[in-house]
Amino acid sequence: MKRFIAIRLLQAIPVILTVITVTFFLVRVAPGGPFDSEKAVIPEVKAALEAQYRLDQPLFSQYLAYLGDLANGDFGPSFKYPGRSVNELIGAGFTVTAELGLYALLIATVIGGLAGIIASLRPNTVQDYIPMSLAMIGICMPTFLLGPLLVLVFGIELEWLPVSGWGDIPGDKILPSITLGAAYAAYIARLSRAGMLEVMNQDYIRTARAKGLPEWEVVVKHALRGGMLPVIAFLGPAFAGLLAGSFVVETIFQIPGLGRFYVQAAFNRDYTMILGTTVFLSTLIVLFNLLSDVLAASLNPRLRHQYEVGGMP
Amino acid sequence: MNDVVLQRIDDAEEGTSLWQDAWVRLRKNHLAVFGLAVLLFMIVVALLTPWIAPYAYDAQNLDLGASPPSAKHWLGTDIFGRDLLTQIMFGGRVSLAVGFIATSVALLIGVTYGAIAGYVGGRTDAIMMRLVDILYALPFMIFIVLLMVVFGRNVILLFLAIGAVEWLTMARIMRGQVQSLRQQEFVEAAVSLGLSPATIIRRHLVPNALGPIIVYTTLTIPSVMLLEAFLSFLGLGIQPPQTSWGLLISYGAETMEEYPWLLIYPGLTLTITLFSLNFLGDGLRDALDVRGSKD
Amino acid sequence: MNPFRIFLLLLSISLVSCAGGESNVEKGNRDQVLHLGNGTEPQGLDPHVVTGAPENHLLRSLFEGLAVKNPYTLEPEPGVAESWEFSEDGRVITFHINPDAKWSNGDPVTADDYVWSWMRALHPDTGNLYSYMLFPIVNAEAFSKREIEDFAQVGVKAADPQTLVVTLSEPTPYFIQLMDHYSTFAVHRPTIEAHGKFSDRYTKWTRVGNMVNNGPFNLEEWLLNRRITMSRSETYWDKDRVRLNKVVFYPTENLVSEERGFRAGQLHYSYEVPVEKIPAYRELEDTPYRQAAYLGTYFYLVNTQRPPLDDPRVRRALAMAIDRSTLLRTVMQGTVLPAYSITPPGTLGYEPPKLFDFDADKARRLLAEAGYPNGEGWPGLELIYNTQESHRKIAVAVQQMWKDALNIEVTLSNQEWKVYLDSVSTMNFDIARRGWIGDYVDPNNFLDLYLSTGGNNNTGYADPTYDDIIRNKAPKAKSQDERFAAFYEAETMLMEQTPIIPIYTYTRRRLIHPSVCGLPSNLMDSLNLRYVWLDGGRTSHEEPCQS
Repeated sequence: MKRFIAIRLLQAIPVILTVITVTFFLVRVAPGGPFDSEKAVIPEVKAALEAQYRLDQPLFSQYLAYLGDLANGDFGPSFKYPGRSVNELIGAGFTVTAELGLYALLIATVIGGLAGIIASLRPNTVQDYIPMSLAMIGICMPTFLLGPLLVLVFGIELEWLPVSGWGDIPGDKILPSITLGAAYAAYIARLSRAGMLEVMNQDYIRTARAKGLPEWEVVVKHALRGGMLPVIAFLGPAFAGLLAGSFVVETIFQIPGLGRFYVQAAFNRDYTMILGTTVFLSTLIVLFNLLSDVLAASLNPRLRHQYEVGGMP
Repeated sequence: MNDVVLQRIDDAEEGTSLWQDAWVRLRKNHLAVFGLAVLLFMIVVALLTPWIAPYAYDAQNLDLGASPPSAKHWLGTDIFGRDLLTQIMFGGRVSLAVGFIATSVALLIGVTYGAIAGYVGGRTDAIMMRLVDILYALPFMIFIVLLMVVFGRNVILLFLAIGAVEWLTMARIMRGQVQSLRQQEFVEAAVSLGLSPATIIRRHLVPNALGPIIVYTTLTIPSVMLLEAFLSFLGLGIQPPQTSWGLLISYGAETMEEYPWLLIYPGLTLTITLFSLNFLGDGLRDALDVRGSKD
Repeated sequence: MNPFRIFLLLLSISLVSCAGGESNVEKGNRDQVLHLGNGTEPQGLDPHVVTGAPENHLLRSLFEGLAVKNPYTLEPEPGVAESWEFSEDGRVITFHINPDAKWSNGDPVTADDYVWSWMRALHPDTGNLYSYMLFPIVNAEAFSKREIEDFAQVGVKAADPQTLVVTLSEPTPYFIQLMDHYSTFAVHRPTIEAHGKFSDRYTKWTRVGNMVNNGPFNLEEWLLNRRITMSRSETYWDKDRVRLNKVVFYPTENLVSEERGFRAGQLHYSYEVPVEKIPAYRELEDTPYRQAAYLGTYFYLVNTQRPPLDDPRVRRALAMAIDRSTLLRTVMQGTVLPAYSITPPGTLGYEPPKLFDFDADKARRLLAEAGYPNGEGWPGLELIYNTQESHRKIAVAVQQMWKDALNIEVTLSNQEWKVYLDSVSTMNFDIARRGWIGDYVDPNNFLDLYLSTGGNNNTGYADPTYDDIIRNKAPKAKSQDERFAAFYEAETMLMEQTPIIPIYTYTRRRLIHPSVCGLPSNLMDSLNLRYVWLDGGRTSHEEPCQS
């Protein structure tokens, strides 16, 4: 297992290097530059600005210089926020987004997982339909609809909870976490239901049942492990989606998170910020995918065996 | 044990009876049939919209403005005094097209890619899945912005761009399925019988992995439709006066306190459609579940 | 029940009572802490580096210029300079700096601070986008374009620590106004040099604890994308007049959320108001809704080099076919006024010409003369605008008006901001949405856009006579009347050619809690917090303030 993790980590290096390279050259192709402004910019001023950020040098030497800085853990200065470093902006945004994402994922996994398991125990009965219909609402309702609706009901009509902010007023974290988590809860409910149904038909479950084990023991001890595999495989991508998807929630609730920074950086052509965020997020995504693979492997004895004898390169 | 294995090989080879069985089972599932009916209705309406819409889709009446539902405008009008029912009908054409076409693109690429990676395994699999990781980690926002800008904005490109982003998860799921199926006895038996990899993938792996694929497809269509709305909202998708359900909802959400009908009806339409899709997807999954059916 | 009424009801309930603890507004009223919606997170707080309206509001509270605009009259009044006088020919201004003017670390503000700061503001290495604000000064433009290296040749001198002498190349009546623009503010040289080179953009001198400033408030807390808190300065020369203890600025990008925040008592003052909410607010008794004229024009640029728009008749037909009063009454809820020329009406008493009005018949005739009777043979055009709800609404309505009146097709294309800027600056468009907000109150600020060499022209309009009037005739005018007559002549020439299609004159729309006193609206949206205080007992803007 250790070997497997080490190999995957080594493999991650070319992955991230490719991401950096592609993004670096991709952002430069986009029309408009970081210093274009609504009012015409004097050519001398524009030249001076570009010189200050090395943009006057040949693209390839800019690329090498960027890699050099990156090796020292320096993402460089932001173009849009001149006094700020990208490290600082990412640090500020990520702590918020990670907290939001964590709450959302927690809500999603607990509620979604429970709903899916309950539904899978009695397929095509009321016990199946009710949680699954609720899950469907989560899927069918975009965050930019659910968010405002929750705000309207709990924030404005009932005046129970604050309508915006993050950590400014007690309780202001509740609505955004629910809004972001709802869609994922629904996905997880469906995946765990499908996964459980898949497993419940397997021979070893039938064997367990045939041995006369009580149903709850069959479910908890035997079925859960296999039935939750699709959910675990989903968690890696879910986390990635959460970080990117948090943009909408962050905008609705005025939350100073990374998603908002990222989208704004793209629109502002803040090259260093786009690159920095991309590199940061890609590293996280690669790590989380690895984590979900490791978890899946440790739950699936056959795969684990394969990893341990080195079946995977 | 051997009997079971051989029986499965037979099942898989007799494709026609499998699908006939599935259809019989599907018809017994009322929710799925309802879903199918609603979906067909939506598709028919979308196709016929240019002929049956009550108003021209861009006909404005600024002085009327946003008005609540009435005998003249069943679902009310938007801030330009345009008939909301007409807007929803025309929006449906775009949303359904994006949903189905982009998902098909994603399905085609993802399933093929994932099946090959999972089946071949080894070094090929590792390389293929690293590529998926790379694409996952790419800032798709910029990717789509670039596509839209460099090649000019058009709807076909929007389909392709969304499809190209959404196939990744499909590939991962397919790969996972194939990997676990590959270790099952009936596949090993097929290998030992000397069937070619392409045949095994097509005949044994894909049909047996259909359940999860269909479930995930029903999950992808909504997310594709929402992605389209999100992009349009950022100004990277459909151009006005064309519209889509997602766009109508996001405009409606802005003014939900003053003109709730602008949010409720498009929201309801999208929700009903997605519910139907999901019921149908579930029904299909249960109907196609080869192993479950033999109990 | 009519949903509109429900909304009204909700509004009035939440404005009167606020369950669930004390709101920002209630607490703020007690402690003299003002909570302001301020649009976006500022790029930064360096006056020579940043641009934008939210930055403007912040910088004007942290710093002070030589002369400031009175918020009621917009007339210049003493700031850092206690007085100033013009020479006979109007080309030399002598500023007398207030001996009590201090930096927040106790250092006196001197004339040398201004010489150094303006060097910094003009130096090309600083990359100041607003360096042109100081171009009326002798040799300033040449210095900023590296044509001269020695700043001593630029017309700014410190005669003694209290006396700053500025020499202009031409008499510039609006120069004193520019002293209230942040790009002309002084900055504290030792602080900036302690954190890097004078021209560094990537420096930490503007951070909490580092910043040294000279305005009525000091930076106390700066939480990225959350809030910026300022507290009353103890070193400010006019500190006895300042009554707010603290000001909290919030970035409020999402208008709808901002309005909800206002209703929930989280803000005293909103940066904007969603247009759809305005009718309900207008219906309210004691409404917090405030609307004021704003020095800016919303218009469409026309690319005069592309057929069929190279024919002035086509451009005029397009301008005439827009029914502005219907458009603005409905789509904009009557919050703005129709515009028929580039300069906003009443700019320092100047009234722009009005050459046309909505006239569909005449527009059709003009289009027919140009060779497109009833839209036949029309090649199709594209209207671009940057992604924003209000631009979309206007474009959708205008598109239909052109179709109805002229039977022509114009397609819409919204572009993300940087793509749009690129399209406009390279003139890669047929028709493009544009807005221009005045930097100072003078017709010149709008009319010099269309000089043939103007960097913001972007229409292809070029007329040597027009250039001559703006460049020579108006600046050399003996009186303001003569000057305005010259502007009127030029603007008439411009609008006859119609390289732009004016749509409306901007207004500033805000929600302001009635407890806010001493914060009048004005044409420049100039926020001067020096005069502001909170009167918690005041429940309507109609009531007088208690001090």
